Amino acid sequence: MTRLWQGNTGPVTVVVAVIILLWYVFVVVLNTPWERDQAERAGTEIGFSQLVKNTMAQERPVLPAPHQVVTEIWKTTVLKKITSKRSLVYHAWITLSATLLGFVIGTALGILIAVGIIHNRAMDKSVMPWVIASQTIPILAIAPMIIVVLNAVGLSGLLPKALISTYLSFFPIVVGMVKGLRSPEAIQMDLMHTYYASASQTFWKLRWPSAMPYLFTSMKVAVAISLVGAIVGELPTGAVAGLGARLLAGSYYGQTIQIWAALFAAAALAATLVALVGVGQRMVMARMGGPA
Amino acid sequence: MLAPGDTMAETVISADNLSLTFETNDGPVHALKDVDLIIGKGEFVSFIGPSGCGKTTFLRVIADLEQPTAGSISVNGMTPEQARKARAYGYVFQAAGLYPWRTIERNIALPLEIIGMPKAEQAEHINHTMELVNLSGFEKKYPWQLSGGMQQRASIARALAFDADLLLMDEPFGALDEIVRDYLNEELLKLWAATEKTICFVTHSIPEAVYLSTKIVVMSPRPGRVTDVIDSTLPKERPLDIRESKEFLDIAHRVREGLRAGHEE
Repeated sequence: MTRLWQGNTGPVTVVVAVIILLWYVFVVVLNTPWERDQAERAGTEIGFSQLVKNTMAQERPVLPAPHQVVTEIWKTTVLKKITSKRSLVYHAWITLSATLLGFVIGTALGILIAVGIIHNRAMDKSVMPWVIASQTIPILAIAPMIIVVLNAVGLSGLLPKALISTYLSFFPIVVGMVKGLRSPEAIQMDLMHTYYASASQTFWKLRWPSAMPYLFTSMKVAVAISLVGAIVGELPTGAVAGLGARLLAGSYYGQTIQIWAALFAAAALAATLVALVGVGQRMVMARMGGPA
Repeated sequence: MLAPGDTMAETVISADNLSLTFETNDGPVHALKDVDLIIGKGEFVSFIGPSGCGKTTFLRVIADLEQPTAGSISVNGMTPEQARKARAYGYVFQAAGLYPWRTIERNIALPLEIIGMPKAEQAEHINHTMELVNLSGFEKKYPWQLSGGMQQRASIARALAFDADLLLMDEPFGALDEIVRDYLNEELLKLWAATEKTICFVTHSIPEAVYLSTKIVVMSPRPGRVTDVIDSTLPKERPLDIRESKEFLDIAHRVREGLRAGHEE
């Protein structure tokens, strides 16, 4: 038991418990007006215990209770066939594939731009402001246009969504990699100079390995916002499939439980992706001789 | 020891009226002014002086890491740039600067990889230099597993790896404690005797300079210039306790005088 409290498990459990408790309090508070309204229309009085019970079992609550969300997730994952259009796993997979494709393209693009900025003075002076400007445009404004424009040139389905992920995810990679590729100390660069090393030797033997910690940190941010990009990309496609579609459909029909279930699925997906990048980071760092 | 005549036999470095001025926001800084110096093959030359006297700058000019603004300098009869491209020298920096993601042997292999040496030959060079700096057995260790003194020895091995005749050392033991420094000084002398390399050694420690050198170049700041060049009369064989001999103390005294004179001007 004491071991439990020394690690993260104890504190995390307490925080989660407090959040769930607060959540239930808000469920009662936020869902009460509707219950009172119903009781008034029916001309009946409603007791407190009945009221509390009812607020947690509404079909379209303002705020669904945690157990309602959990039940919904259970019903739409374990109890549904994966191929079913009502399976959350199916929708999560649609979103995940766009996320991953966009993330891979975004990472590659980000690294390429960073390499260009490092090695080319003109790019160093000119590209960064554009990179930053690209992120000041609200993605919600630009996403439908990307979808529509690409659709007009015959591209639809996975790639347009992935490109919105790319649009968001290349940014942290560029910023992180420019810093990472410039992180070697002066004496390490001087050393390469004394060896008469070529630019590509300096890059592969010094800059690239030096940049690894920066790359992985950037990738953690990038993969999370890739998911956001994919979800946003699903909204203007007419809510066909994906977690974004689930969210949109839920809001059309007031299915708050469905919305929250999709939200939780998205959060779990993001956490898993970030954790996977972290695992990759630990593996690479161990191979690079870091203290275990 | 080398007789004065011998040292003149083959000139490795020759500086003639060498000046270097850095343009800064606070006006020009004369890092080096009218430096004339000749260094012969096989000499162990120490550069000593307070910070800002240009000793490190001079070493960096030899290494083609800084460009002189006036005068001329030749390294092995070439310009510093040609010498660098011919890999004429190994450079040891103040910090070991080992790559943390490479083992010690991979660190020493770095310059060999860059010059494109075949793998089998690399192994030979690595073994040889690891022995020279007394690090055999630590090939597979990572830098963080080694003490500061051992890291600096590994960086010396790295500088020796492709067997250049000239070794440039910029305060290599400055960050180490006295005991480790004494030990490494002794080791360095052995290494010098074994390899017969020409060594240029920057330091701010008088005992270190006198103990190691066949020639001591005393420098002073603002502008950075040479105030005295002392040819050491100490024998080539130097046990640590030579530092209590009268000859040693006399040379140390002359160095101190040179430093003081430079300071008062």
